[in-house]
Amino acid sequence: MTNLSVDATAQVGQPLPGAPNNWKRFFSFSTDHKVIGIQYLVTSFFFFLVGGVFAMIIRGELITPEADLLDRTVYNAMFTMHGTVMLFLWTFPSLVGLSNYLVPLMIGAKDMAFPRLNAAAFWMVPVFGVILMASFLVPGGPSQSGWWAYPPVSLQNPTGNFINGQVLWILAVAISGVSSIMGAINFVTTIVRMRAPGMTWFRMPAFVWTVFAAQIIQLFGLPALTAGAVMLLLDITVGTSFFDPAKGGDPVLFQHLFWFYSHPAVYVIILPIFGIFSEIFPVYARKPLFGYKVVAVSSLIITGLSGIVWVHHMFASGTPGWMRMVFMATTMLISVPTGIKVFAWVATIWGGKLRLTTPMLFALGGLTMFVFAGVTGIMLASAPFDIHVNNTYFVVGHFHYVIYGAVVMGMYAAFYHWFPKMTGRMYSEGLGKLHFALTLLGTNLNFLPMHPLGLQGMPRRVASYDPEFAFWNVVASIGAFLLGMSTLPFILNMIGSWVQGEKADKNPWRAIGLEWLVSSPPTPENFEELPIVVAEPYGYGKSEPLVANADKLEVAHESR
Amino acid sequence: MNPAEVNASSDAQISSEVMSDLPMAADHHHDEAGNSMFGFIVFLLSESVIFLSFFAGYIVYKTTALDWLPSGVTGLEIREPAINTVVLVSSSFVIYFAERFLHAKNLWGFRFFWLLTMAMGSYFLYGQAVEWRSLEFGFTDGVFGGSFYLLTGFHGLHVLTGILLQTLMLGRSFIPGNYDGGEFGVAATSLFWHFVDVIWIILFVLIYVWQ
Repeated sequence: MTNLSVDATAQVGQPLPGAPNNWKRFFSFSTDHKVIGIQYLVTSFFFFLVGGVFAMIIRGELITPEADLLDRTVYNAMFTMHGTVMLFLWTFPSLVGLSNYLVPLMIGAKDMAFPRLNAAAFWMVPVFGVILMASFLVPGGPSQSGWWAYPPVSLQNPTGNFINGQVLWILAVAISGVSSIMGAINFVTTIVRMRAPGMTWFRMPAFVWTVFAAQIIQLFGLPALTAGAVMLLLDITVGTSFFDPAKGGDPVLFQHLFWFYSHPAVYVIILPIFGIFSEIFPVYARKPLFGYKVVAVSSLIITGLSGIVWVHHMFASGTPGWMRMVFMATTMLISVPTGIKVFAWVATIWGGKLRLTTPMLFALGGLTMFVFAGVTGIMLASAPFDIHVNNTYFVVGHFHYVIYGAVVMGMYAAFYHWFPKMTGRMYSEGLGKLHFALTLLGTNLNFLPMHPLGLQGMPRRVASYDPEFAFWNVVASIGAFLLGMSTLPFILNMIGSWVQGEKADKNPWRAIGLEWLVSSPPTPENFEELPIVVAEPYGYGKSEPLVANADKLEVAHESR
Repeated sequence: MNPAEVNASSDAQISSEVMSDLPMAADHHHDEAGNSMFGFIVFLLSESVIFLSFFAGYIVYKTTALDWLPSGVTGLEIREPAINTVVLVSSSFVIYFAERFLHAKNLWGFRFFWLLTMAMGSYFLYGQAVEWRSLEFGFTDGVFGGSFYLLTGFHGLHVLTGILLQTLMLGRSFIPGNYDGGEFGVAATSLFWHFVDVIWIILFVLIYVWQ
């Protein structure tokens, strides 16, 4: 009795977006999580290209040892904006977009818990994107203090203007933080309270587990960064002395507040990528995810450990010896749950009937790059080694293998894998494989040379360098331009296939999951009748049904 | 079932779900008030980390700063702030009574105690303003001045937000029938008020007691 009546009110309460084929819905304040998800993905990909242009300008400068292409202040602004754009405007929003699209579908909900909050959180992204870009127009240009904005560098205000690049940077990051917190509250509430009947915690796809784990990090980490940013802003604008050593302040405190969030933020980024791997490997290897429950729980273990490792970024910041030891140990500990996942994926692929489609290739490539990044990560966790290569290109190489090798490749895998679901069209496999080849080659050409450079002692964030470093820098720059070009077949593929690709049916990959039981693209409220889940995910090779009411999940489009 | 019973049982479900994090969500799919309350609690937990960060910063400064108090300042007067503290903390009990009255469908009782809470909150802010005016150091006087005004100011902003929310909820109580089905806004405002009080107790101990 209650079910019927409540269902009716819920449908009235949520404004339906335009008809599924009306492209204008993407430019509206739509509260449909699928529209918002695509809004996030497209917006963030645009900023990925912007950040990529910055990266190519940086690599263009570094192709010769002299600082000849750019003024040094412009170079500083470039690497600051590159890092800021790539993190706050590409990786975070793109993963939130993917999660937005998938989580309600995967747990069998009609939408997120707070649809309007969801839309509001998205529309902040273009707002702070514009604010950040506007810093090119203010006197003195954008912030030059790097994406971490360490004082006392970030406290300098050479032009003396109240509205300067650093202030706009803090404003943009603050709005980004508010948006992320709104999103995190929404995800956690949705996952805890909106699961379909029968969708117990251990029937949730691993991707949902990783989103849950990642969003918890946002909730406990971001406020620390907010606190640090508020104090930094007061130092710059009001003249307080929290972080100014000349006035008795403590710049290292900012580093603590910054990294208390910004290291766990790495897990906010990588955890959903782990989820993507966990979804994609079983589909294209036709085997259940190996050790599903352990993989699921290890996400939460990573969340817990991520909160006690941040000082490994500060081994060279006058950190006492006992602290270095403690954080070295905790940092190495985090490779245990991560290693569990890696072995689970390898065991999933092992002996499977592999189908090397584009998403599978990107997932395999991303996994390989991640393992490489993991090895250098363990090296960096060791305090003596870290102090040796601190602030060199070794660190830059390490985290680009994580962020580009694993995260960007994982995102590409997700783009291709769920493209038929999101658009109802198939992408071009040939263009996809070309894209993969260019990306894999470009990534390694670009970021592998950074390791020898760092070991030889080339510092990061410099516009000029000793000529002995020239060879590897030229190689890296060629790789960067290759990566720039690699986006072209992708863009062509996505736009071209969306417009005139072959029609996709509801489950082109023969994948198991709630999202594959409804039409492509799904109707505005996803499920006509809520699914009744009766099995664990990843039932490959078992031929048991996932839901009890598969034929009642949807009605034909026309009758809506 | 009469409406009151339905409300009571759904309230009980909400609170039991909020307490344990492994409920079967399926039965309450469209329980929007329950979702809102859960989301609001998650928000408060997250918000508390901002305060924890400020507290941690304060402790670091207090234990490591070379010159902690600005020259000419010997310490903080504790008597008036202590009275203020008593008023603010007592208001947590007063707002609880207001909620009980709302629960018992006694709107005027609710309004009386609700207004009393607002008055006590306003008195707290007034007392804080008086204290700020009497101090001989400012926001930019060293890390002590900075963290003192940052902590009390940020907390004061929360008190102000609480009073504004309370004003809103008081106004909404005059819409006929508005609060018949229990009210998320009132429960959330009340919870926020308790949160602000607990934060103040920690703040009071850190700044005034530990000198």
